[in-house]
Amino acid sequence: MAAGKEIRTQITSIKNTQKITSAMEMVAASKMKKAQSRMQASRPYCEKISKVIGHLSHAHCEFSHPYMKEVGHLKRLGIIIISSDRGLCGGLNTNLFRSLLKQISSYQTQGIEIDICTIGKKATTFFKNLGFNIKSVLTNLGDSPHLDDLLGTIKVMLDAYDKDEIQQLSIAYNKFENTMVQTPNLTQLLPMVVTETKEMDHHWDYIYEPDAQVALNVLLKRYIEALVYQGVVENIASEQSSRMIAMKSATDNASDMVKDLELIYNKARQAAITQEISEIVGGAAAV
Amino acid sequence: MPTIHVDVVSSEESLYSGEAECIFAPASAGEIGIYPKHVALLSTLKPGEVRVQTQQGVESIYVSGGIIEVQPDVVTIFSDTAIRANDLDESKALEAKQRAEETMADASSKHDISSTQAALAEAMAQLQMISKMRGKKH
Repeated sequence: MAAGKEIRTQITSIKNTQKITSAMEMVAASKMKKAQSRMQASRPYCEKISKVIGHLSHAHCEFSHPYMKEVGHLKRLGIIIISSDRGLCGGLNTNLFRSLLKQISSYQTQGIEIDICTIGKKATTFFKNLGFNIKSVLTNLGDSPHLDDLLGTIKVMLDAYDKDEIQQLSIAYNKFENTMVQTPNLTQLLPMVVTETKEMDHHWDYIYEPDAQVALNVLLKRYIEALVYQGVVENIASEQSSRMIAMKSATDNASDMVKDLELIYNKARQAAITQEISEIVGGAAAV
Repeated sequence: MPTIHVDVVSSEESLYSGEAECIFAPASAGEIGIYPKHVALLSTLKPGEVRVQTQQGVESIYVSGGIIEVQPDVVTIFSDTAIRANDLDESKALEAKQRAEETMADASSKHDISSTQAALAEAMAQLQMISKMRGKKH
């Protein structure tokens, strides 16, 4: 029964792993609910501010902000990449990076250089190892990030845009569709792409206080920050739900393995007993 | 009494949403009162109190700065959650840059836990192989 002992230890170790994965599944499920409600709570701000930006694009303002002007020459592109800090969340980060690399290489063949800003440990190590130029880093955000934490990293990229070091700024994160589906998403932040609406075609403009430049500057910065924050919050919800699914399938796989191993163990045990009996019978017959 | 729709939102939650008779907000140039059919206005806000007057009474919300957008039939107030100051933002940006430089310079961070574990597993396999080969020799 030497093989039997080995199988037994294997079964116990798989069962221990299963305990961990099922605990992680439950933790991820409860964290996902919180992350989802946080995502929903931040949505009104995002929706409202994009509505205002929509209004603004129809206002006939004498001052035109650099964030809203199309830049002719595109030499360098900035990307804010949002990933998780921890692993064990299925193919979430890998999928994002893979689709991103495809797009990056298509930019690079056009001779456009890339600057990167990473949020999350996984993106930082991944893009560092590939030798990309990382302009700013933010890690250890935790499960409930605040806007304060993001301001520095966003400012680095906005400053680069102001100085014309980059001519376009995009953001990459996992969009939370539902618990089962998260899709990698690359969206352009700057210059702003505004959707056309037909409603407000008459000639009008805001009264700006203190003046157009200051008010627009504040508003557009808030808009970018809101979009990045929304991206971060959505990525956390995606991470938790992806982890929950991954851990659920790991737990299921572990029970399958335990079942198979127990079958093998029982067969081995029976074979050993049968052999023993036949030996005894054989021995008795010889006497 | 005509009413105007008011939304007060911060980046982390929605603070107020509903119809109001008038709104008072601490605009950068001084407190402003807004009644329905107000002309379109876009202004920054100072930290202070936003008062929303409804038929039921007055609702008071504290904002730590932000933006107000007025359209003839809707008012949207974006409240800041973060404390904003140019020099504070600057120092945060510097921190983020510094972290990036550290990451780029630090060769040891090439190995995060997962890649270290992979390397460890490889080394273990090699050791096992070596000890097996030694066992055969004897």
